[in-house]
Amino acid sequence: MNTQTAIQVAGVNKWYGAFQVLKGIDLTVRKGERIVICGPSGSGKSTLIRCMNRLEVHQEGSIIVNGIELTSQLKRIDRVRSDVGMVFQHFNLFPHLTVLENCTVAQRWVRKLPKKQATEIAMKYLERVHIPEKADKYPGQLSGGQQQRVAIARALCMNPCIMLFDEPTSALDPEMVKEVLDTMISLAADGMTMVCVTHEMNFAREVASEVVFMDGGQIIERNKPDILFSAPTHERTKRFLGKLLH
Amino acid sequence: MFQLDLFLQAIFSAPLFQGALLTIGLSLCVMAVSLVLGMGLGSMAGSPRRSVRWLVTLYVWLFRGAPALLVLLFVWNGLPQISEIFRAGWFTPFVAAFLALSLIQIAYLAEILRSAFAAVGRGQQEGAAALGMHRWQIFLVITMPQALRIAVPSLMNEFISLLKTTSLATVISLKELMTVSQFAIATSFRFLEWYGAALVYYLVIVSVLTLAQNRIEHVLSRGYR
Repeated sequence: MNTQTAIQVAGVNKWYGAFQVLKGIDLTVRKGERIVICGPSGSGKSTLIRCMNRLEVHQEGSIIVNGIELTSQLKRIDRVRSDVGMVFQHFNLFPHLTVLENCTVAQRWVRKLPKKQATEIAMKYLERVHIPEKADKYPGQLSGGQQQRVAIARALCMNPCIMLFDEPTSALDPEMVKEVLDTMISLAADGMTMVCVTHEMNFAREVASEVVFMDGGQIIERNKPDILFSAPTHERTKRFLGKLLH
Repeated sequence: MFQLDLFLQAIFSAPLFQGALLTIGLSLCVMAVSLVLGMGLGSMAGSPRRSVRWLVTLYVWLFRGAPALLVLLFVWNGLPQISEIFRAGWFTPFVAAFLALSLIQIAYLAEILRSAFAAVGRGQQEGAAALGMHRWQIFLVITMPQALRIAVPSLMNEFISLLKTTSLATVISLKELMTVSQFAIATSFRFLEWYGAALVYYLVIVSVLTLAQNRIEHVLSRGYR
């Protein structure tokens, strides 16, 4: 595996019982690339991204993240997870901890950093997502957009080399989508390796190095956003984009 | 008729006070041990292994089904029949009551905590796991505090219920509140005054627990207001 490769997914198959959700997925993400995965619901896109930090277990094929193959070894998995940030559709912030504690808890327990240093790092990233004044609030006191920005800051505090976004704007009111996308765009501008499952096609057009279209557990096609959006080769992609863009 | 001076005398008498201390001490010991073991059993109920889940179900079935009085008598009278160990001096009524009531309490708390753990939701564990936290760290820092918040009212209910169940230990001659009152009545025949005094003790203890519950709920509900 090339040192420039961040994530390599090869021949991955996954089943839920008898139902096959992922069918022979091959996908390579190079360092600094920003991959947007789109597709209809049930296409397996969320399952795929969740396999990348082993929140879901794949049954066949291999997934190598940062040079570490994801197997059932817990130590390896925890190591990969601490270097790969993930942002969820429903934020998954810890409601019993303050915004600041949400950002420091993993630094302290996983990175074993002292409180002062963890707090400094947390404040740096809360400033970066323009929300430092909410540090002492609880997630329940924040709007959806603010919560999602905290979730991004929480992930960044671990200094990840890859960020995974699983439909980060799908649970947000339309006017809050922009503040979250702006944060993601600024991350992309800094050269962060990103894999995003999203239906925000304007975001894809602006920042994606490549867009991957999935359907029925398979990657149907993959191309640069302008080419994929203007001239998709597959009929299925055309139909999906037709509905999404109009 | 009811004599106020006798009633006050009873309240401030040394045996009743000691009986109350024993009741509180026994309840605290049972609750502490049951919380820890109930938590273990409650989280085992969500185990992917069927045999483990089955074992938990069996335990809960047995000790929720058996009456407390029966378990108390079984432990106190039955265990010495099983083994020499339980005929030694250390096996006092207190130890027997502690053992019997813990066996039952663990079953009830396991049920409460099992549902509380389930109510926390998978998203919380995933959020923490995605940050690289180990399983036991997630349990300790993320899942458990949230589960406890959900469980506190039911746990307090169980604690209050337990406090009163300790009075059953009078049948194995543990000198708790009720036993002490009965002794006093046996020599004085003053039912109203001594039962009244014991009632005051129970009410005071439960009131304190209720206040404590409000305080704990207040602290644990930070972030939810």
